[in-house]
Amino acid sequence: MSEKLVFDAPEIMIDRPTHYCPGCHHGVAHRLVGEVLTEMGLVDDTLCVGSIGCSVFIYNYLDVDAVEAPHGRAPAVATGLKRAHKDKFVFTYQGDGDLASIGLAEIVHAANRGEKISVVFVNNTVYGMTGGQMAPTTLVGQKSTTCPDGRCADEHGQAIRMSEIIGGLGGTAYCERVSLDSVKNIRRAKKALRKAFEMQINGTGFGFVEMLSACPTNWKMDPVSANTRITEEMIPYFPLGVFKDVTKDGEE
Amino acid sequence: MARVEFREERCKGCMLCSTVCPKKIICQSSRFNQQGYKVAEVKAEDMENCTGCTSCALICPDLVIKVYREEKKEK
Ligand SMILES: Cc1ncc(C[n+]2csc(CCOP(=O)(O)OP(=O)(O)O)c2C)c(N)n1
Ligand code: SF4
Ligand code: SF4
Ligand code: SF4
Ligand SMILES: [Mg+2]
Repeated sequence: MSEKLVFDAPEIMIDRPTHYCPGCHHGVAHRLVGEVLTEMGLVDDTLCVGSIGCSVFIYNYLDVDAVEAPHGRAPAVATGLKRAHKDKFVFTYQGDGDLASIGLAEIVHAANRGEKISVVFVNNTVYGMTGGQMAPTTLVGQKSTTCPDGRCADEHGQAIRMSEIIGGLGGTAYCERVSLDSVKNIRRAKKALRKAFEMQINGTGFGFVEMLSACPTNWKMDPVSANTRITEEMIPYFPLGVFKDVTKDGEE
Repeated sequence: MARVEFREERCKGCMLCSTVCPKKIICQSSRFNQQGYKVAEVKAEDMENCTGCTSCALICPDLVIKVYREEKKEK
């Protein structure tokens, strides 16, 4: 009887345990990026732009060349890298505090300029690394260290929906929101990454994938309940789907 | 026939894998790994029920699980 290995860690993933908490979705997001880079044959031509947040050590896990950007500035760093190295595949990997708060200007303008880069946006509705402060993406009613009674719409505004904003910009070629809460959604997330990455390879333009993710530690939940929170609370507010696809425009 | 292999030293005991297994054969052992987590396992007597669907491996954030399937015999 011969057997075949049908699932294993992609070779691009460095064989070392991650520093992430149990049930943290950064691990799933890293693996999906690694699988897609591998399947698209991009491993040797990739420049990863890391950001500030729990994923700051992404270069310890993905075996590609990497630059660490100052907080929020990954799209600006990626812009420079891509313009100087047009033959390289350049992507940023950013959390919601990084991308939607301090880095809001950089992401919006990079998308609007139609930079030929790809953005992996991990939205876990908090500042994970610094201990769970409110982020622009924190849901109304959600408790955090800086809104211990829950986010209040009157005082703090509502949670910002980044994919809707990025999808509405002229320079964006592809924009999709996916979720990492189920096997079906994880498969979908991988397809979305591939689509966004293809937009850069084909020279079409800016690609953006938002991944709804769990931060069990700062949500003060066990990993299984945190995963369920994505399904029950996040997806209803942050609808999944494609917000822009220039290769489809005009078809419907 | 299929089977899974856990790289126990990487497991963090989050048990997300057990929530997606269609055969409900993944459970938490009483063993701790070096990181201090109680690791997930499939008991030897339950392994024959594994379908090799890879769901557990796809949801595992820590690249713990390898999945093997028996190759189809050629005619
Ligand atoms: C200029 C600057 N301001 C503030 C910080 C502190 N800081 C580090 S990580 C972080 C937020 C990270 O949140 P997010 O991007 O959502 O990443 P997560 O950890 O949730 O994945 C902040 C505010 C910093 N490192 N640099
Ligand atoms: S604090 Fe949250 S985002 Fe950071 S590693 Fe832990 S679970 Fe992941
Ligand atoms: S491969 Fe499928 S059946 Fe086998 S343990 Fe994993 S989830 Fe269960
Ligand atoms: S999902 Fe992975 S890390 Fe979590 S318990 Fe299962 S094998 Fe361990
Ligand atoms: Mg965050």
